[in-house]
Amino acid sequence: MSTPVVEVNNLTKEFVVKSTRGLRVIKRTVHAVSDVSLTIPEGKTVGLVGESGSGKTTVGRCILRLIEPTAGSVKFKGTELLGMEQNDLRKLRRSMQIVFQDPYASLDPKMTVGASIAEPLEIQNVSGNHQDRVAELLELVGLAPDHARRFPHEFSGGQRQRVGVARALALNPSFIVLDEPVSALDVSIQAGVVNLLQDLQEQLGLSYLFIAHDLSVVRHISDTVAVMYLGKIVEVGPAEDLYLASGHPYTKALLSAVPQADPVTERGRPRIMLQGEVPSPINPPSGCRFRTRCPIAKEICAVEEPELKERGQGHPVACHFADTVALEMPNPAAV
Amino acid sequence: MTDATLSIRDLRVTFKTLLGPVQAVRGVSLDVHPGEVLGVVGESGSGKSVSFLSIMGLLGKNAVIEGSAKVGDVELVGANQKAMRRVRGSEVAMIFQDPLSALNPVHRVGAQVAEMILAHQRDMSKDAAANRAVELLDLVGIPQPEQRARQYAHEFSGGMRQRVMIAMAIANNPKVLIADEPTTALDVTVQAQILEVIDRIRKEMGTAVVLITHDLGVVARMADRVQVMYAGRVVERSDVHNIFHESRHPYTRGLLGSQPTLGRERLTPIPGAPPNMLQPPSGCAFRARCVHAAPQCAGDLPELVQVGLTESACVRANELEALV
Amino acid sequence: MRDAISDPIELPDPHSDASIGVLKTSMSPKRMALKRFVNHRAALISAIVLVCIIIFVALAPITTRYGVNETIFPASEGPNQNLAPFDLAWFGTDGNGRDLYSRIIYGAQVSMLIGLFTAIGSVLLGTLVGGLAGYKGGWLDDILMRVTDIFLALPLLVVLVIVRGMLKNVSWVSTLMGDPNSVRFLVILLTIIGWMGVARLIRGQVKQLKEREFVEAARALGATSKRIMFRHLLPNSVGQIMVALTFAVVGAIAAEATLSFFGYGPDAGSGMTSLGLLIRDSKRAVPPGYWWLVVFPGVFFIILSLCINFIGDGLRDAVDPKMQQELK
Repeated sequence: MSTPVVEVNNLTKEFVVKSTRGLRVIKRTVHAVSDVSLTIPEGKTVGLVGESGSGKTTVGRCILRLIEPTAGSVKFKGTELLGMEQNDLRKLRRSMQIVFQDPYASLDPKMTVGASIAEPLEIQNVSGNHQDRVAELLELVGLAPDHARRFPHEFSGGQRQRVGVARALALNPSFIVLDEPVSALDVSIQAGVVNLLQDLQEQLGLSYLFIAHDLSVVRHISDTVAVMYLGKIVEVGPAEDLYLASGHPYTKALLSAVPQADPVTERGRPRIMLQGEVPSPINPPSGCRFRTRCPIAKEICAVEEPELKERGQGHPVACHFADTVALEMPNPAAV
Repeated sequence: MTDATLSIRDLRVTFKTLLGPVQAVRGVSLDVHPGEVLGVVGESGSGKSVSFLSIMGLLGKNAVIEGSAKVGDVELVGANQKAMRRVRGSEVAMIFQDPLSALNPVHRVGAQVAEMILAHQRDMSKDAAANRAVELLDLVGIPQPEQRARQYAHEFSGGMRQRVMIAMAIANNPKVLIADEPTTALDVTVQAQILEVIDRIRKEMGTAVVLITHDLGVVARMADRVQVMYAGRVVERSDVHNIFHESRHPYTRGLLGSQPTLGRERLTPIPGAPPNMLQPPSGCAFRARCVHAAPQCAGDLPELVQVGLTESACVRANELEALV
Repeated sequence: MRDAISDPIELPDPHSDASIGVLKTSMSPKRMALKRFVNHRAALISAIVLVCIIIFVALAPITTRYGVNETIFPASEGPNQNLAPFDLAWFGTDGNGRDLYSRIIYGAQVSMLIGLFTAIGSVLLGTLVGGLAGYKGGWLDDILMRVTDIFLALPLLVVLVIVRGMLKNVSWVSTLMGDPNSVRFLVILLTIIGWMGVARLIRGQVKQLKEREFVEAARALGATSKRIMFRHLLPNSVGQIMVALTFAVVGAIAAEATLSFFGYGPDAGSGMTSLGLLIRDSKRAVPPGYWWLVVFPGVFFIILSLCINFIGDGLRDAVDPKMQQELK
């Protein structure tokens, strides 16, 4: 088995937030990511799914060291990234890139699209004709080469996102973090960008970490999916398994909450409604972090945190009652 | 239909901008009936939000609004400020995508709901209004409403704030509730809760609901009838089941086809992008992206016509049955 | 993209601008800002007026009728003092028989030069301090901002008195700043007093820009801090800097007028004057009723200040990022 492109072990990120109450300064810790481990095989897509406060965005940024992790290990093709010198890291940046969510904010409004795409080539002192490479990249993402001299505001969201992808590809990376790359786009445009990403993966052998909250898109593009809640991975496994036979109550609730685009199926399937909202990551619940909203929580859930491990579902699940979940909760998956 | 709560006829909205006039809404007509949920679906630039913001008088001075929008006998288009204020909040209410900006951060939440009540029911006492406010907070599913009423907006989470906004909107039992992307900014599990609140309220109070969204799943779950908008016009309208299974418009089909579904086959996007409303194309605005475009599509603006089980604004709607 | 081209059905060219939704004419952000500025009527008129004023003032020996210290005719030929406006002196004469019209132009020269150089100085200094504080953050930010606060607490006249006092005791101050009545002295003094507002503004701007995703994108590509500052932060701050510059000019002109009024203005002798000095001199002209000595300098000063203010307003609207959203 070849080395996975990215291997994350026990990744933890804690933010310290200062606030004042009267004259005193109070420091609180936000446990954004707690002990997260995952593996991204070469040429594959790992989907990372979660709602607000899940920490999924932070995981993506920590892997690229755009945010410095508090603890843990991130290996890129076997090389440990944490603790690496800035200069060495800069060289490695050629191989790991990121595409951001907001197509309107991720491009410098004062630079032409061509200049934005050429920027990585400039920064990394790539030899050869940059203009040619920019034209090549524009074609690759489905735009025309003479769009290079235009400014971001002249394009639609979908086109700007393609520019973002072109920029990420400029240095021939092997791994790309896709941070909600289609969430800000219209649905009919999303499809085009998703297709593009899949084609590029096939053509160029790219590995993806696809971070999103939209389960349908994640399921479509991912080989493996990890579900996060309040900084922890609660379930991880092959995409189809997770959707058809999930083992964690949160996964099931999530699937139930996503409305399906078909009135017959949508109104016919059983609904699992969660109470309340995601607790604050400053004070996560003791034991299992999901217990405050879990329909099948028992006493042990408050006391002992369930480990993410194989429990008979065929993939790791972090729930004490993974084996009974299928019995106690209806299957929300559409046919 | 004469029992329509809200009737819009030939609504047109044009914005005067630095680059010229932008035609955001180009002739929209619709009816909403008591107790029904009309789903209004469209992507950016479709005019779905602008249509309803305009009749509520919430657009800036650079918006030119023509046409008619009637709630009961009251005409909203061209109404003066006084008439608008009487209607807004009592006959027609609107909730938005971002509840934080609708709530005043320096007033307690209960007081804001009570203020809404008192604005339209002047003969109610302050105490009665305060009690009613707590009742409303309970109605929208906020736990411990007496305590929560005394809290401020920043102490509520996103979903809770949206519930407060709903409470404010239904405070005076409006005939129509317009919900403009009410759940887009919320987590999906919270979205499910909010949709459930809206559904329950409309069943209990008989309110007509206009649910504006880009999410076909939300529409599939909530709507009785659906209208699909593109480039400032309604392109298709029907019962929710027919829209999903018997659509007679290429854009609707395109939308449905581009949804990620089970399996990993390639998605079918709609090529191109919505047109520039500074210079809208002649005839059917969708023709530049339409697989079935034909010369007659470039003629007059197509009107909604009953074809099969839906009203469709596609001049080739009849033939679509044969072209899968 | 291949997904459209590979379909067998004849589709409209997805590469064409119409399909993609790109506007037909390419407009850089600068052109759009210019368009917005031109739309601001007051700013446009003010800009035209100001350009006229600048041309007039710059072409001084040509546009003036007499020298700055020259009497309209020698006293021996008749009374030349405090004469009301007439054909030999369009704005009348002052107490020394000098043409007010010419003196206003020369005075405007001095005031505007002071304004310009002070503005350049304070904006440079303010941008440096604010940019550094905003970008680095942390303890450097704290220190720099406290220094800014200290300077903000110093009133203009107090600093003036202190610095003048220092001149007597410390030699390097006088070599640096020159004679207390020179233009150079005033420019340096006003710069010391005027950079703080700009610093705060730029610090806020940089802090905001730093969080924008395109800056994060640059970091992800391996950009150094230097590159981010000069290639991304600075170009996106140019708008705010220009606005600050404009308001700094008018602020400096007003400050000079204040100082002159209290007797601390630029006075290199030989009749040199500034707008502020002319206004100060006009104090004496009120009781006897020599209205031209009061009205003309005052009105000119007001017009100049208003013009620059309106231009500043127009610029502010033109570079306001919220206005940029409107075009979407």
